[in-house]
Amino acid sequence: MNFSFDVIWHNLPYMLAAARWTLLISLGGMAISLVWGVFVCAARISSGAVLSRLAALYISFFRGVPLLVQLLLFYYMLPYVGLDLPAIAAAILAVGLCSAAYSAEILRGALQTIPRGQTEAADALGIPTFSLWRRILIPQAIRIGLPSLVNELILLVKVSSLASVVGIGELTRISQNITGETYRPLEIYVAAAVIYFLINLVISLLGRLAEKRLQVA
Amino acid sequence: MEFDLFLRYGPALLTGFGVTILCWLVGSFGGLVLGFVLACLYRYGPAPLRWVIYAYVEVIRGTPFMIQLFILYYGGPHFGLLLSPIQAGILSFIVYGSPYFSEIFRSGFNAVPHGQVEAARCVGLSEGRILRRIILPQMLVPITAPLTNFFIILTKETAILSVVTVPELLYETQTMAAETFTFVEPFLVLSLFYWLMVIGTSWVGAKAEARVTRHLRKA
Repeated sequence: MNFSFDVIWHNLPYMLAAARWTLLISLGGMAISLVWGVFVCAARISSGAVLSRLAALYISFFRGVPLLVQLLLFYYMLPYVGLDLPAIAAAILAVGLCSAAYSAEILRGALQTIPRGQTEAADALGIPTFSLWRRILIPQAIRIGLPSLVNELILLVKVSSLASVVGIGELTRISQNITGETYRPLEIYVAAAVIYFLINLVISLLGRLAEKRLQVA
Repeated sequence: MEFDLFLRYGPALLTGFGVTILCWLVGSFGGLVLGFVLACLYRYGPAPLRWVIYAYVEVIRGTPFMIQLFILYYGGPHFGLLLSPIQAGILSFIVYGSPYFSEIFRSGFNAVPHGQVEAARCVGLSEGRILRRIILPQMLVPITAPLTNFFIILTKETAILSVVTVPELLYETQTMAAETFTFVEPFLVLSLFYWLMVIGTSWVGAKAEARVTRHLRKA
């Protein structure tokens, strides 16, 4: 076995450029996941039976079908209904909508640990529902659910590698291309693994910082 | 919708489903066993071994499954590891799953109060007996749900094996889609197959949970 660092060194600029797409998919996915996740969670625990059922169905579908399949569905099936999205938009949407199902469940779990008395007290004080969510429930839910949310974000970065199958030139795809040119799969994929690992290391460090900041003294 | 397509492609899809189940069962039970061994070594082993396991867990959890699969399947021959797609798939499944399982087991170990272990040592139980009779029955209660959860996650990771040409369910579906120029029908059926797997797994998980919490309800 001969491990050649030259191959990695020569191709590193291309891989780092591709890592930007990985970051774009992950960050876009995260944004959709967190915002849409709050709405799905709110629908899931709302008192409206139909709304709650719909949210449960949403969560069940997006958690029950492999993301790779969801990506292919978004990419190949949306044109059937007349919605021809570019690959990158389809990927971000698929990743975000799927992750939102998980975020919604994480937030639901976190909300359940907030004592009901707080909601009742807010009702008694005449605080409107929107403020109740914005000022009381969501800040606490995020603090409690933060470790799981960071976990989910790390998963998102890794899941963005699946976007390679719909032809987006992100890190995994470009690594495949470089491998095709150089016939050095070991070096290239190990380098890709290191890049992914570093991205995730940064996220988990940021998560730990955020946990510290949000900690109640 | 053209459902007569399924008459032609049904056998291929069912074979693919079989391969998916095979890779999933062998891979995830292998990962479960390896994860338990890792968790035990982490708990009872010397410090250097603990660092090695810690690094293993962090690295495997920090890199995408697809990349691990590529390193094993395409990079393997560089150091003399020639694997068939299915072998590479199952092996990478074991490698990928084991750190997650070991973390679940570790949290289970931590859930058993340390005083009980000390008390058992005082009355002269051997370490093996403490593990089997005191720690395991109690730790299974909090970890059965996360274990089921991870088995479900793994059912869906099997789809990734299709990129190294393991002839599993997604691979067969993509073949069918490419040959017949239909996308809606094959992928809807595919989703149904995975959904069935997930429902089955959660059913087994619920049974297992009822079994391990038996002693709690009897009291």
